Amino acid sequence: MAKLPIAVTELVRQFGPTLHRVPPGGWPRTGEDEKLVKTHCCFCGQQCGIQLRVRNNKVVGFEPWEDFPFNRGKLCPKGVKRYMQDEHPDRLKSPLQRVEGQGFAPISWDAALERTVNEITRIQQTYGHDAVGMLGGASLTNEKAYLVGKFARVALKTPNVDYNGRLCMVSAAAAAKKVLGIDRSANPWSDITKAAVILAAGANIAECAPITTDYLWQARERGGKLIVLDPRLTPIARNADLFIPVRPGGDIGVFNGMLHLMVERGWIDREFIARHTTGFEQVAETVKKYTPEYAAKIAGVPPEMIIRAAEMWGPAPTSFALHARGIEHHSKGVDNCIAMIQLVLATGRIGREGCGYATITGQGNGQGGREQGQKCDQLPGSRDINCLEHRQYIAGVWGIEEAAMPRAGLPMPRMMEAIHDGKIKGLITICNNPVVSLPDANFVREALGKLGFYANIDFFLSETARYADIVLPGSLMEEDDGTTTNVEGRVIRHRQAVEPPGAARVDWKILCEIAARLGRADKFNYSSPRELFDELRVASQGGVSDYSGMTWERIEENNGLFWPCPSPDHPGTPRLYEGGKFGHSDGKARFFPIEWRPSAEMPDDEYPLMLTTGRVVSHFLSGTQTRRIGDLVDQYPQPRCEMHPRLAEKLGVADGDFVKVESRRGNVVVRAQVVKTIRPDTVFVPYHWPLDRSANNLTVRAYDPVSQIPEFKICAVRVSKAPPPTDPIAQLEVQAGGVR
Amino acid sequence: MSELCFFIDHSRCIGCQSCVLACAECDTHRGTSMIHLETIARRESVQTAPQICMHCEDPICARVCPADAIKKTPDGVVQSSLKPRCIGCSNCVLSCPFGVPKYMAEMDQMMKCDMCYDRSSVGKKPMCATVCPSGALTFTAMEEIQRTRRGIPINSWKFGAEEVKTEVYVMVPREVTRVNVDLVQIAPTPAALPEDPYDVAAMLEAVPR
Repeated sequence: MAKLPIAVTELVRQFGPTLHRVPPGGWPRTGEDEKLVKTHCCFCGQQCGIQLRVRNNKVVGFEPWEDFPFNRGKLCPKGVKRYMQDEHPDRLKSPLQRVEGQGFAPISWDAALERTVNEITRIQQTYGHDAVGMLGGASLTNEKAYLVGKFARVALKTPNVDYNGRLCMVSAAAAAKKVLGIDRSANPWSDITKAAVILAAGANIAECAPITTDYLWQARERGGKLIVLDPRLTPIARNADLFIPVRPGGDIGVFNGMLHLMVERGWIDREFIARHTTGFEQVAETVKKYTPEYAAKIAGVPPEMIIRAAEMWGPAPTSFALHARGIEHHSKGVDNCIAMIQLVLATGRIGREGCGYATITGQGNGQGGREQGQKCDQLPGSRDINCLEHRQYIAGVWGIEEAAMPRAGLPMPRMMEAIHDGKIKGLITICNNPVVSLPDANFVREALGKLGFYANIDFFLSETARYADIVLPGSLMEEDDGTTTNVEGRVIRHRQAVEPPGAARVDWKILCEIAARLGRADKFNYSSPRELFDELRVASQGGVSDYSGMTWERIEENNGLFWPCPSPDHPGTPRLYEGGKFGHSDGKARFFPIEWRPSAEMPDDEYPLMLTTGRVVSHFLSGTQTRRIGDLVDQYPQPRCEMHPRLAEKLGVADGDFVKVESRRGNVVVRAQVVKTIRPDTVFVPYHWPLDRSANNLTVRAYDPVSQIPEFKICAVRVSKAPPPTDPIAQLEVQAGGVR
Repeated sequence: MSELCFFIDHSRCIGCQSCVLACAECDTHRGTSMIHLETIARRESVQTAPQICMHCEDPICARVCPADAIKKTPDGVVQSSLKPRCIGCSNCVLSCPFGVPKYMAEMDQMMKCDMCYDRSSVGKKPMCATVCPSGALTFTAMEEIQRTRRGIPINSWKFGAEEVKTEVYVMVPREVTRVNVDLVQIAPTPAALPEDPYDVAAMLEAVPR
């Protein structure tokens, strides 16, 4: 009965989101009895070093950690205020049980776990093991991500385990694997600063990876040029040497158009291509027709911009390509990435200082989160779950028969569709808020209503947790020890600063306890996260992402270690592909001919505009954490619909007016923000908010055929001026989905 | 002041507000931010500009204070008003050419950026310049900034007829020696700039160069 037990307004009253503004005990003074804990930010993939100020088992503030090499003390506003989650009034401190008509009532751990296990067993005995799904998250440590994958396959015995990285990096991961052979950023970030030209596509770096901005500016101080592709003029685009306001979904036009000119003008490294790659001739054939004029039509920009980009990129001595969700969140996300990586490959500018390629991983442990086996098609060590040899190795580590190892399961969006279809009837989630994060939110809410049983593990009652039968209070990053793997492929140490509050428990103990009650105690007999890491090392040994030579001590001593690190004396691998040695078995990279194709839903007479969605600097993903921190909400309180003045004039809309944005699937009513920094044919709404303010009410359930990433970056909408909404949802506080 | 100096580079700013939020976290400020982040004209562009106290060599705010409440430390840091002396008249607020001091009604006192005196006086960097992700705010050695930046740091200003020298430097193109601020700007945009440099619609119609 996964339906809301009481009205949303009442749930919000009881569980928030409410705003937290002052540290416990008031603003601290220097010198008072406190310790500093060196750890990392819990938010994005950059995983900045930070020191938490701890007093009496409470986090009371932060101190910059200037010795950590990646960010050298730098932090974005989310990092500055992340400590406000500790001692937050909304923190879940007891297991909860859904009570129809009343909401959620506290119950004992014993009762909560017994109910969970009974329901799972009941569903699996009636409908089979596959009828229970598990959704993990990319904000979990490597240790927990590893445990989620093992828990699903060994304790739940279901193939249906996936994670919210499915909504983030999977297109980039698939493309890098296909072309280069390894799913990881090819270079450490220090190489960015040494590049003569940087191409950043679909990457709002200033807002989504703020620390990377300084790397870009360092390159520019050395004379490096910056090319930015984005439908919006983002803060980094303001000072780019070339800004290409590409139409959403038009990126391949720019990439193939550039390659066309590079081939024509001899700006490719034929020797490198011959020695270290295969398939180039076919690609050269494909891009023949991508003349600047043809490419420009696809990209929706003047051909001169594409010519200029090729002139800057083509002959450069060194270069770095960066992309992010802007080109990845498409039904052709993998192709977009491949087309861009090929610009790197064709010049041979990879695998050496100042020459490389990276995707800017969005989620905290987006990189590690997908390597340790919580992805539906992967086993630890980035192994393939459908490969017999890989299955046998991991089955051996886990002490099960290879035959008992489930095969590849459904990716997260497909799992939601299977729930909607009634094929998956039971669900456990940890660190995952699909009601806000998946496309077509009305469909997601409908789906959750059909579940027979839903257990949610989280530290706040997220919008998705409201649909749960049982809520299990888990832990924040700073409440447990472990590791994550940052945007560069650097494995780093998160240190426990405080204990979980009340009856909340560290996440791994919750999963182990459920596993034990499912009769698998022998396989989940860990006494600490370090034991999980040590098992993970063994499980990763010989895999692509080999952690076997790492220990927590070595990671700490070296300010992080880059995988692969296959032996205790191995220094780690900051830069991949040195000497043109790629990750495929023949050591060669692969070219793939890429043709542009339209997005799943293009604008038409009825819905004439393109909607693109994204993030703002003060919020993170589904907002479960940042919509509870006062200063971050003040900075960007509610979603706004960005539109160009020319469009606004046509619609009769003034800055600050309410507008209704409608797609075939739903609508939002938000205030307009009229700015010249966006294409006139495109509107932008950030997605961090729930309910009637959720941009994902509008987005489309269209997926990339390879990566299964949803097409968040383009769907067709219409926009009209609307009266200020006055319904009960609109009257909620802004962080809960109201308007101001 | 130690040999480390404060540098502002407006071309690097991304408007993220880390400086604003971190300022409030400093033990000197305890929840109240003393830094301004100006959004110049969001409709027109994404340009933003952080404004800390420039710590003038001869601070006008102190000169016009009738209560002698604004003091400069020997190391050049101009402090917030002294609570027992400040009469809340706001002369300083009106006189500062950079628009920095704020009269805080709830404290009945003028407060402003003191370069995180609890930190900078013991060799630590001010909060804002430590966390700033873009390097728009930097607290470092003069040689370091000269070594690593294209522009040059200057600390000489002219507001109408008033010449001001500041402890804090701004990064400017190499040919600039002083920032001249006219009292009334008659021409809205310098002739060298395109009419509407950040209008995406105009970009899509024009030929770039």
